[in-house]
Amino acid sequence: MSEPSESSVRADVSGWLESNWDPDLGLNEWRNKLVDSGWGMPEWPTDWFGRDFSASLVRAVEQEFAKQGAIGVARGGIRLLAAATLLEHGSTAHKEQFLRRILTGEDNWCQLFSEPGSGSDLAGATTRADLDGDQWVVNGQKLWTTSAHHANWGLLLARTDWDAPKHEGLSYFVIDMRQPGVDVQPLAQMNGHASFNQVFFDDAVVERGHLIGEIGKGWQVAMTTLAHERRRADGLRSGYSDVGADIERVGRIYDEEQVETATVMEPYTWYPQRAGRVDLALSRALDSGRIEDPTVRQELAKLLILSSSAEWTARRARAAQQMGKPQGPEGSLGKLAASHVARAAARVHTLISGADAMLAGSDGAEDGIVAEILLSVPAVSIAGGTDEIQRNIIAERVLQMPKETRFDKGPFRDVPKNVSTRLAGENE
Amino acid sequence: MVWPPMVSAQFHFTEEQDQFRDMVRRFLVDTSPTTEVRRLMQTDAGYDAAVWQRLARELGLTGLTIEEKHGGAGFGMVDVCIAMEEMGRALLCAPFLASSVLAAHAIALVASEEDAGRLLPSIAAGEVIATLAITEPDGRPGVDAIALPAERTGDGFVLDGRKHFVLDGCSADVLLVAARSPGSTGSDGLSLFEVAPDAAGVTRRALTTLDPTRKQASIEFDGVQARLLGRVDEAGPGLVRTLDIAAIALANEMVGGAARLLEDTLAYTKIRMQFGRSIASFQAIKHRCAEMLLQVELAKSAAYYAAEAMDAESDEATYLASLAKAGASEAYLHTAIEAIQLHGGIGFTFDQDTHLWFKRAKSSEVMFGDPAWHRERMMQALIVKERASSEAQMGQPA
Repeated sequence: MSEPSESSVRADVSGWLESNWDPDLGLNEWRNKLVDSGWGMPEWPTDWFGRDFSASLVRAVEQEFAKQGAIGVARGGIRLLAAATLLEHGSTAHKEQFLRRILTGEDNWCQLFSEPGSGSDLAGATTRADLDGDQWVVNGQKLWTTSAHHANWGLLLARTDWDAPKHEGLSYFVIDMRQPGVDVQPLAQMNGHASFNQVFFDDAVVERGHLIGEIGKGWQVAMTTLAHERRRADGLRSGYSDVGADIERVGRIYDEEQVETATVMEPYTWYPQRAGRVDLALSRALDSGRIEDPTVRQELAKLLILSSSAEWTARRARAAQQMGKPQGPEGSLGKLAASHVARAAARVHTLISGADAMLAGSDGAEDGIVAEILLSVPAVSIAGGTDEIQRNIIAERVLQMPKETRFDKGPFRDVPKNVSTRLAGENE
Repeated sequence: MVWPPMVSAQFHFTEEQDQFRDMVRRFLVDTSPTTEVRRLMQTDAGYDAAVWQRLARELGLTGLTIEEKHGGAGFGMVDVCIAMEEMGRALLCAPFLASSVLAAHAIALVASEEDAGRLLPSIAAGEVIATLAITEPDGRPGVDAIALPAERTGDGFVLDGRKHFVLDGCSADVLLVAARSPGSTGSDGLSLFEVAPDAAGVTRRALTTLDPTRKQASIEFDGVQARLLGRVDEAGPGLVRTLDIAAIALANEMVGGAARLLEDTLAYTKIRMQFGRSIASFQAIKHRCAEMLLQVELAKSAAYYAAEAMDAESDEATYLASLAKAGASEAYLHTAIEAIQLHGGIGFTFDQDTHLWFKRAKSSEVMFGDPAWHRERMMQALIVKERASSEAQMGQPA
C-alpha cells in the first residue's frame, strides 16, 4: 500500500483536530481519544494505535498539532523506549496491557539495567530472577534508575542462568514497581540534584507472563531498548521548531499537562547544564565585559570552534544517512565530541566568572546556573557510555583495531565480579 | 543570535564531486608517492614540471576556479578544497597553492578585466606560475601588516622593500606584490602590482624552510618599476578575500594530510608486534587513535563548511575561514605529534615518512596566521557582528 500524500494527511489531521480537539477536555479523556484515532503515534503500526507513517509524514502530523496547539500523547521519561521494546519483542497480551496506558500517560516507566557492580559492563548484571511456581522472584540491586520514584512499571534485566556465558544468562521482564519487595531510594548527586535512584529487590515478584522475549535472550531485548535510547539522544540534540509558539495555551487540559510535565521532566532540569551551556558563553562574556580579556577570547574561540565543528559533524552524518550513503566515522563521534565541548564550556564559564566561580546558588553567577554547570559537566563523559567505552567502540568498530582480550567468556558463575555494595543511606 | 552560523550548506559532496576526488586521488597516488616527494623536496624548484603539465592538461586543476572565459574550469571553492585535501594527503610538491589559489584569486578579485584576461589564461593552462608576495620579514599575517611602500612616479609606481615567506617565489614567472600608499593604514591604501622576476632591482633568495616540500623565497625590491593591477588603493577587500580563500584551501589541505597520517599510523600499529601482540590491541594506543579520528573529523567538518560558505558568498566567510584554519592547524599538528609518538623510535628517523607530514603540519600551522591569530580574528568578527545587531535592536522603535 502506498503512502498518502502529505497534503491529504495535513487536511485529514487538521480536519480531525477541528472536530475533536478541545482544551477544556481532561488530559486522560483527550489522550484516549487520540490513541484510538491513530494520530497520536502515526509512526506506529496500524494494529497498534498508529498509521505506519514515514518520518516525513509524522513530521507533517506533528506540525498540524502544533499549529492548533493540540497536545499529543505522553512522551516523557523512558515510556517510548518501553513501548518500542514491547512493540518489537512483546506478545499481543503485553501490547494490549501496556501500550495504551503508556501513551495516555497513566503509567510511568523506569529502566532497571545498571547495577552498582555493572556500569560499563552492563551484561555483568547480578540481580537474579528465579522461577518459583507461577512467578519469578527477584533479588538484587539496580542503580541510576531515573524516575523510579514515579514509575509503576520497570524494564528489568536480570540473571536467570548462572552457568551460561555472561550475555546468554540474562532475561528481560516487566516488573510492577508498586509492591513490598521493591524499595526505591533517591541517590544524591554531587550537584545537589537527586534525579536517579537506587532500587532494591527483596523477594520482589514478576508474574510469569511478564517475561519479554525468551528466557536467556534478555540481552538482545535490552539492545533494542538501548538503540532507541541512543536515537532519542540524537533527536534531543537536533532541537525543536517553534511552530505554534504564539498560541495561547488556556484550558483545563494545559493545566493538567503542565503538572505532568513538571513531574516527568523534573529529573532532567540540570541536563542542559551538564552539556556545558555553550549558548550562554558569548553573551556572558559580552555582558560582563570579560570579552576584553584576550585569554577569554582565546578560550571562547576554542569552545566555539569545537562546538560548531561538532554540530557540523553531526549534520554531515545526518546528510549521509538521508542520502542512503554508508555511515562514515562521523556518525560515531557525537558522544565523545559532546564531552570535549562540555569540558571546554566549563573552562570558559569559569574564566568569565573569575572569583564568582567559587559561589553557588543565588550568590553564584547567573543565579547559580554557572555553579550547576561546573558541578554537572563531570557527568557528561560518564552517563550513557563513558568516554573510555566510546573510544573503545570507535577504535574497534570504526578503526578496526583488535578487540580487547576477554576474561568473561566462560560460565558467568566463574567470572570475577564486584562484591555487592549498598551505597550511602543504607544501614544494612 | 544564530549559533552556530548556518549557511545553506549541503553537508555532503555530490556524486560528481566524489568522482572528481577519486580522479585526483588516483592521479596523485601515481605521481606523488613519497619517493617522489623526497626527490622533489631536494630540488630548487621543488616540483616536477612534467607532473604540473599533466595536472593542467589531464585534470584541469591549475585553472580549476578560473572563469571559463579566461581558460579555466569555472569550478567553486568546494572543488578546489577537494583537490587541496587530496594534495595534502599525497603531500604533493607543486605550486598549486601559490599559483592556482593565491595568485589566481588575487587577480580575479583585484585586477581589471583586461589584466585578468591577459594573465589568467596562461596560469589556467599551467604555462605560467604566479605567486602572491604579501607577507613581510616581520611575518605578521593579514593585510594590515602590509608595509612595503609603492611610490607614484609620473605615470607608474616604484616598489622599495622586502617580501618574505613568498610561496614558490624563486620559481614563479610572475610576481604579484601587495604594497601600500605611504601614509595609509589598515586595509586602506593597498594596491596590487605585477612585477617580472627579472626586472631591474628584484633580488630573489630561496629561504631554508623547515618544511622542504614547500618552497619559500625572500624577495628584495630595490626601486623596482611595477605595473598596477586594478585600481590604486582599492586592493584591500580583494586581498582580504584572497587570504580567506587561501586559509580555507590550506585548512582542507591540512585535514587531508591529517587523515592520511591517521591511516598510516593505524596501519602501522596493527602490524607492529610487542609483548606478543599488535600494539593496536592496547587501549593506550586505541584511545589515542580514537581521539585522533575525532580531531580529524571535527576539523574536516569545519573545513568543508567554510568552503561551502565561501561558495555561497556568506557574510560569515571571514569568520568561518579563521575558524577552519585554526581548527585544522591544531588537528593536523596534534595528529602529526601523535603519529610520531605511535610509531615509536622509527617515527623519529629520516627514512620513515611520518616526518614529511609533520613538517608540513608545523609549517602550515603558522602559514597565513597561527591558530591564536585566527581565533582572535574570528572573535573580533563575532564581536563586531554582535554589537551591530544589539545596536540595530536598540534603534528599533518600541
